[in-house]
Amino acid sequence: MTENRFVNRSELIGILLLAAFLVVILPLCLDVFRLNLVAKYLTYAFVALGLVVCWGYCGILSLGQGVFFGLGGYCMAMFLKLEASSVENTKIQSTPGIPDFMDWNQITALPAFWQPFHSLTFTVFAIILVPGLFAFIIGAAMFKRRVGGTYFAIITQAVAAILTILIVGQQGYTGGINGMTDLRTLKGWDIRPDHAKIVLYFFEVGLLFVCIFIAQFIRHSKLGRILVAMREKEDRVRFSGYSVANFKIFAFCVAAMFAAVGGAMFALNVGFMSPSFVGIVPSIEMVIYTAVGGRLSILGAICGTLLVNFAKTSLSESFPELWLFGLGGLFITVVLAFPNGLAGIWTDYVAPRIAGLFTSRKSKSGDGWAEKPVADGAPAE
Amino acid sequence: MSDDKKQGLQSAFRRKLLMGMAAIPALTMLPRPSFAEAPATSAINTTGLAVTDTEVTVGILHSATGTMAISETGSIESEKLAIAQINEAGGVLGRKIKIIQEDGASDWPTFAEKAKKLLVNDKVAAIMGCWTSASRKAVLPVVEQYNGMLYYPTFYEGLEQSKNVIYTGQEATQQILAGLNWVAKEKGAKSFFFVGSDYIWPRTSNKIARKHVENVLKGKVVGEEYYPLGNTQFNSVINKIKLTKPDVIFTDVVGGSNVAFYKQLKAAGIDLSKQTLLTISVTEDEIDGIGGENIAGAYACMKYFQSLDNPNNKLFVPAFKKMWGEKTVIGDVTQAAYLGPWLWKLTAEKAGSFDVDKIAAASPGIEFKGAPEGYVRIHENHHLWSKTRVGRAKLDGQFELVFETADLVEPDPFPKGYQ
Repeated sequence: MTENRFVNRSELIGILLLAAFLVVILPLCLDVFRLNLVAKYLTYAFVALGLVVCWGYCGILSLGQGVFFGLGGYCMAMFLKLEASSVENTKIQSTPGIPDFMDWNQITALPAFWQPFHSLTFTVFAIILVPGLFAFIIGAAMFKRRVGGTYFAIITQAVAAILTILIVGQQGYTGGINGMTDLRTLKGWDIRPDHAKIVLYFFEVGLLFVCIFIAQFIRHSKLGRILVAMREKEDRVRFSGYSVANFKIFAFCVAAMFAAVGGAMFALNVGFMSPSFVGIVPSIEMVIYTAVGGRLSILGAICGTLLVNFAKTSLSESFPELWLFGLGGLFITVVLAFPNGLAGIWTDYVAPRIAGLFTSRKSKSGDGWAEKPVADGAPAE
Repeated sequence: MSDDKKQGLQSAFRRKLLMGMAAIPALTMLPRPSFAEAPATSAINTTGLAVTDTEVTVGILHSATGTMAISETGSIESEKLAIAQINEAGGVLGRKIKIIQEDGASDWPTFAEKAKKLLVNDKVAAIMGCWTSASRKAVLPVVEQYNGMLYYPTFYEGLEQSKNVIYTGQEATQQILAGLNWVAKEKGAKSFFFVGSDYIWPRTSNKIARKHVENVLKGKVVGEEYYPLGNTQFNSVINKIKLTKPDVIFTDVVGGSNVAFYKQLKAAGIDLSKQTLLTISVTEDEIDGIGGENIAGAYACMKYFQSLDNPNNKLFVPAFKKMWGEKTVIGDVTQAAYLGPWLWKLTAEKAGSFDVDKIAAASPGIEFKGAPEGYVRIHENHHLWSKTRVGRAKLDGQFELVFETADLVEPDPFPKGYQ
């Protein structure tokens, strides 16, 4: 059966187009400064990708993805901060060798939970596993009790709020509201100069495609079909003998890990991490990226993220005092007029025409950009 | 090798120069009074900053949107006023200042991103900007990496010094110690209660205040409480204040939380005409939100009040109101922001160059006699020598000056014995 391949032809074309855009066109057209901005936007694309899996496929709306983005980012930032806080760099402190914000808060020794972050290997595992485990605990606590829908969304918000308060409150251990700033090197390799930014960009694009393929694989596996089935008719799946909760926990954990990878890349690309990415507002913003792009489509969500962030930057550069209104207008228009986001525009208006141009035989072949929630989404066996 | 580079740079300047000339053929026909003697661009700009024969570009980077907009708008306004005045007086080294304004949107990473944009893309000669410590901490690595010049206006916690930053506000010891001495002497205060917002500036300020109270004034700190930014429930701390009956309530609560704090203090029956309260975080801008009737009688300790009676301030206040409206008020930070463009102009003229390295090196010793707060001078550590003043809040939202230090107070960002 054709459905068993994990990419169909038009999806493959979409992914190749995206790859060409990110790997060839953008680096050729943009200077390093703008390219670094794109790298920053792409870190949110990881979150959007996670939301496609968990919200788009499985119907679990999480308004707390910032938590996982933040956890991943903080794990990375802790490693980088330790490396930047060598005794030599921190001579002027009362206790040299610990991060500067600890010194400002009268902490005189490195706390125990910071110690393992001297190791890069540990850090890499922590980036994936800490948020994954945290998502597992939240997911298990909620889904096993059949908490879903709006209630789940509210609880994820509460978690985001709690984590922000925790980080801000424990500033001696976390850097508080300032966050962890002035991150410099990764294993002695300076992450700040232009050539490092270019290397990091390509590395990040590579990671993004790994995540895209994982998402594609999930979508086209039997597992993916169960997820979609749960979104459409949860009870039927349960009565068919599947453990709905376990599948939901799985989707939620995958989304969390994707977000965490994004967070870690953020810390590397931008050179710092702060609680302003953990709270409710950034979490909702990340949902908006996905909504604008189209929550049912992997490529749509990534394009949505890039587009919204690009609009944010260029609007705020041109109209420093008015840009938020413009951005608000954009969100409202897209969500009202195109409920399936930009990907919906593609599938509903553009793709049929293109299909009409190229093939007269099959008027409605599969589309790589989005699926319709009901018609195409149901299991096809 | 280095000759090649020089040649390349020079030809780049020549190209720029030609482009500039091509763009303004009409202007060259006109009589050019002040530009005639202006030094050549290639001489005063050897690092590729955005300087033409007639213009020099400067960035303004504050939050025009988000929660900090209410505080930072005053800084934007006074920086624009200073730049307009400088341009009217002939500009800097014969060049008019062109402003590129960016919005930090009360979001620290955005500040870093925009600072980078201003330095890398726009090649601004200086940035006037940042407000909160968090935004400065985010921008600092950027200005250091790309060798920019930042003029930072807010009073802040100290523990920082950079070649690339001029701190036009006071650091913590400068602001606090004279105020504490005054309150101890004038009010015979022995016991203090500290209330602050929970982030680095109040924490560090209170740490310094505590050391001073305990070691120098031989007094006692009877309570120290912190609340998250934006907190609006202060009843429990007010109860503790009532129980401990401190001689002085010492506050560094910031932003919107102030409104709730002073209203609840009044509602709880604490009368600020009898209970001494010394704040280091309430300026005329904050009183605008708090309401004069809720805070009248409290003392504030900083370096500038709108009501200061000196010739500079008598020119500054009307000029500000003329540009930005009768209803605007001018707080400490707004005044400090006004100093930034002027100090930069004076430094550039002394250095005879816009190059950041030369500006940084020429900064110590620069005097600005026209400062609304009175005379200021840049210290070797890039902070300002300034007087510390205590004012008493009045019903109309203005402060009445009750004390000022006789001499300029030396800035000491790494105070010994206070860490």
